Amino acid sequence: MSETLFPQSSTLGQPVPRYEGRAKVTGEARYASDVRLARTAHAYLHMSAIARGTIEAFDLAAARAVPGVIDILTHETIGDQIRQTPAIYQGGYISDSRRPLGSAEIANWGQPIAVVVAETFEAAREAAHRIDVTYKLHPSLAAGMNSPSATTQTLEPMTIGVGDFDAAYAAAPVKVEAHYSTPAQHQNPMEQFATQCVWESDRLTVHEPSQYVNNVKFGLAEQLGIGAERIRVISTYVGGAFGAKGFLTQRTALVAIAARRIGRPVKLVATREQGFTVSGYRAETRHHVQLGADSEGRLSALRHEGWELTSRGDAVAMGAVSMTARLYACPNISARVNTVATDRSTPGFMRAPGEMPYAFALETALDELAHTLDMDPIELRRVNDTRTEPVGGLPYTSRSLMRCFDEAAAAFDWKRRTSQPGSMRDGDWLVGWGCATAFYPTYAGNSAARVRLSANGRVHVSSAGHELGQGMYTMMAQVAAEELGVPVERVTVSLGDTDLPPAIVAGGSSSTASVAPAIMAACDAIRRRLGVDGASPAEIMPAMEASGIGVIEEFAETRPHGVPPDSMKGLYRGKTFPVGGVHLPDRVQFALGAQFVEVRIHALTHEIRVPRAVGAFAAGRIINPRTVHGQFVGGMIWGISSALHEHTEIDDRNASYINANLADYLLPVNADIIDVKAIMVPEEDRLVNRAGVKGVGEIGVVGVAAAISNAVFHATGRRLRDLPIRLEHVM
Amino acid sequence: MRDILAAEPDSSVAFLAGGTTVLDLMKLEVIRPERVIDLNALRGEYGHIRWDGVSLRLGAFARMAEVAAHPDVLAHYPVIAQSLSLAASAQLRNMASLGGNVLQRTRCAYFRDTSWSACNKRVPGSGCAALEGANRSHAVLGTSDHCIATYPGDFAQALLALDASVNVAGPRGSRRLPFASLHRRPGTIPHLETNLLSGEIITEFVVPSGAWTRRSLYLKIRDRQSYEFAVASAAVAVDLDGDVVRNARIALGGVATVPWRALEAEAALRGRPLTAEVARTAARAAFADATPQSHNAFKVELGQSTLVRALLQAASMEFQP
Repeated sequence: MSETLFPQSSTLGQPVPRYEGRAKVTGEARYASDVRLARTAHAYLHMSAIARGTIEAFDLAAARAVPGVIDILTHETIGDQIRQTPAIYQGGYISDSRRPLGSAEIANWGQPIAVVVAETFEAAREAAHRIDVTYKLHPSLAAGMNSPSATTQTLEPMTIGVGDFDAAYAAAPVKVEAHYSTPAQHQNPMEQFATQCVWESDRLTVHEPSQYVNNVKFGLAEQLGIGAERIRVISTYVGGAFGAKGFLTQRTALVAIAARRIGRPVKLVATREQGFTVSGYRAETRHHVQLGADSEGRLSALRHEGWELTSRGDAVAMGAVSMTARLYACPNISARVNTVATDRSTPGFMRAPGEMPYAFALETALDELAHTLDMDPIELRRVNDTRTEPVGGLPYTSRSLMRCFDEAAAAFDWKRRTSQPGSMRDGDWLVGWGCATAFYPTYAGNSAARVRLSANGRVHVSSAGHELGQGMYTMMAQVAAEELGVPVERVTVSLGDTDLPPAIVAGGSSSTASVAPAIMAACDAIRRRLGVDGASPAEIMPAMEASGIGVIEEFAETRPHGVPPDSMKGLYRGKTFPVGGVHLPDRVQFALGAQFVEVRIHALTHEIRVPRAVGAFAAGRIINPRTVHGQFVGGMIWGISSALHEHTEIDDRNASYINANLADYLLPVNADIIDVKAIMVPEEDRLVNRAGVKGVGEIGVVGVAAAISNAVFHATGRRLRDLPIRLEHVM
Repeated sequence: MRDILAAEPDSSVAFLAGGTTVLDLMKLEVIRPERVIDLNALRGEYGHIRWDGVSLRLGAFARMAEVAAHPDVLAHYPVIAQSLSLAASAQLRNMASLGGNVLQRTRCAYFRDTSWSACNKRVPGSGCAALEGANRSHAVLGTSDHCIATYPGDFAQALLALDASVNVAGPRGSRRLPFASLHRRPGTIPHLETNLLSGEIITEFVVPSGAWTRRSLYLKIRDRQSYEFAVASAAVAVDLDGDVVRNARIALGGVATVPWRALEAEAALRGRPLTAEVARTAARAAFADATPQSHNAFKVELGQSTLVRALLQAASMEFQP
């Protein structure tokens, strides 16, 4: 497929080894907390032990007495050094609307209420533990969605109505109706939330792992009330992010003012437990799904209502009914989203934030419908496949859903499946096979890049994109090498630094779709400078030689389809966000896939295993099959984890997380992951963006949990609609 | 080294061997010793693994990984090898000592998180936050109104099933006690977890051999396949005459406040053919007195199924003549 888009393809589409791989495996790669600054002082957070109430008094005497303590920041000591600024969903930058150390009020367990700064990490930690706080508890507390004091609100703008759902559902010969739920989950990137701040006269440099360095820069400028040109944010490597490092959190401004107060660099590395409330997370969701169909399985009515937990301060919702309503042909649709406000920290983004929970509900309901119809679940998707989405009647730019199902089914050997639940038992093991659709909207946003070509054939490409481990460095090198006709080894890359040309947030699986076109446009400009506009890559170096020019450097910015022209200034203010998916006036853009899993459940002791999983994904053009394979397989493992392992457990009595550590918050280990296969289904989409890429970072997660619950049903005859699925649920 | 053992210790002293429990609990501030005494100099004297055909002697400072991989242990005491290799992670097994392993503290979240004021194990008389809290992982056997925390280890079940004994040394000299007497049920004083006297340390485990030791295994059921504590486990050692049980030894893990010997189940098996039905009857006897909590009622059935599966698996073990 890449031949037609890139006839000369020599680098793109090749499994080029990771650009920064050697630096990472040798420890040479310096993450934010690895950066050594002279005279660094160490900060340690003290978090609230209650979820709702006020701080009546701090007793800091014992903390101050710890040798090496330099400063203690509380709402009483910092005054108004940090300004109140709007949250990201209010048009601002920060991930929740609370002002850091803004008042005596406590809005959730694990809220940062003091920062100790000391000569050593150990002294800071010791002192933080010696802070004594007198709290006044608020009389009522909502720890979860079922709490009587939680307040539910319908988000009217997210409501969808097509045709007459009620009449169509009433008339449908075959119906399915069920409720589903997913638990709170945390991203837990391996790299902790670290921040180092250093002031040099009135200029501030921040070393922090980030998915959006310009968001941190401009948000921090707003909070500190200083010019953004005085702030530089550097994030050369990020040790996993998964949404947790998407936007500015409260910690950064605290470290910045601590560094300013003491006139020394300050370093904070939040603990694993603190990380559970330092940033957002995947909140609990509930779903009510109703499906009506004819006897052939054609959908006539679809209703999907979601409830998402949020904080009292911030009405955050992922609201992915906008996608579940558009996946299959159906003339009558009703969809709604509600938030349920509780005394918990503000949720945020976690890999496939809305797609994972909403797909779990819809794709499990479809399996229930297939079973009711005695129909193969693949065929149910086939009869409802569509080229246009049913809400607005807009065309898909490309859609290879059934090809994904067919390729995955063949690789999985689905034809050997016997449909009766419990019919594939193997000795003591109950065997079940299940499948589900995976989907992820194709987004892109404004981005800029600079490319420098030297007469000796060396190329340097730079853009303030982000290396989260997904392969950004490698992709940027490949695109520039391809465009300029040089070997990829001749290309060097700079990213993750606000001094570079700005790029989009590394979120919404949009980095490649956004930054690759900017690199291509900069390479176009180099061609024009050489007077060989439109020339093939092979002609560039000869033209360079003929020109006698030593170095050409060009800058370009690109604006994807559907992004308003006046949005380009947002690129230079840290406000570029993914656009596309279902939010375009003329079309919808999705990557699609099919997930197949086998589960085995021991008949006596009920352990649930996933001996194999096969996913097939059509996501447009694949620039690097090696790194993309990692994304798909990693996503599928996340999917297994989302269904069987991950669950942030909450004690309702104080709305605290009781397993906020990597021993008790279960993630799969190698022994749980046996055979995971990802198939890349060729797909050419010339519409989505110039690079023809749809984004691969999140789709691998989507649908796996439904495929597992469907397989558990097939193994046991038990339909499990609440995640995670644990052995006691299949007893 | 003798000086260490002779010194009159007090509660402000913590002994350090592999460090995998003590350092963890110090970081959590669950324990705040004023002095930590490193015992690793004793490893030379008490790091042995010795099989003489009659009994297995394991020095308390032998590492979990060494013992799990030892050919004599693998050949003659599969239940010991399995209980060790199925525990923790490779890194922890490389560091953790056997003595420390059997003394490891509970994983109860309310014990490990000092922000919870009610924990009778941590602060005597303060109450038990787990009774009304998240108690899926808690015990159903050996509980009291004062504590329902699960004993987390695996190796202890193997020692208990095999009637091992423990050699200890302390300021008042050395003594030997049955492993079954090492741990104390919580009762009204859950902070006292063992019958070791102040200043005493474990130096050696002695495990007798018998017709049952070769036909032994450890079955561990958990929420993921490695690096995770048991939801339910069973150490079984069976001596069969044909298919009739001469003698069965059973200890249960993941379901009890202490390493739990299932004597009633053993009695129910004795002299009977080891069929699924007989195993099921024995398993019911083992859990006859179970007291489930709000989130862990499933452990009563799961614990029984785990024992049934372990017994049937042991019955089907084949040996080279």
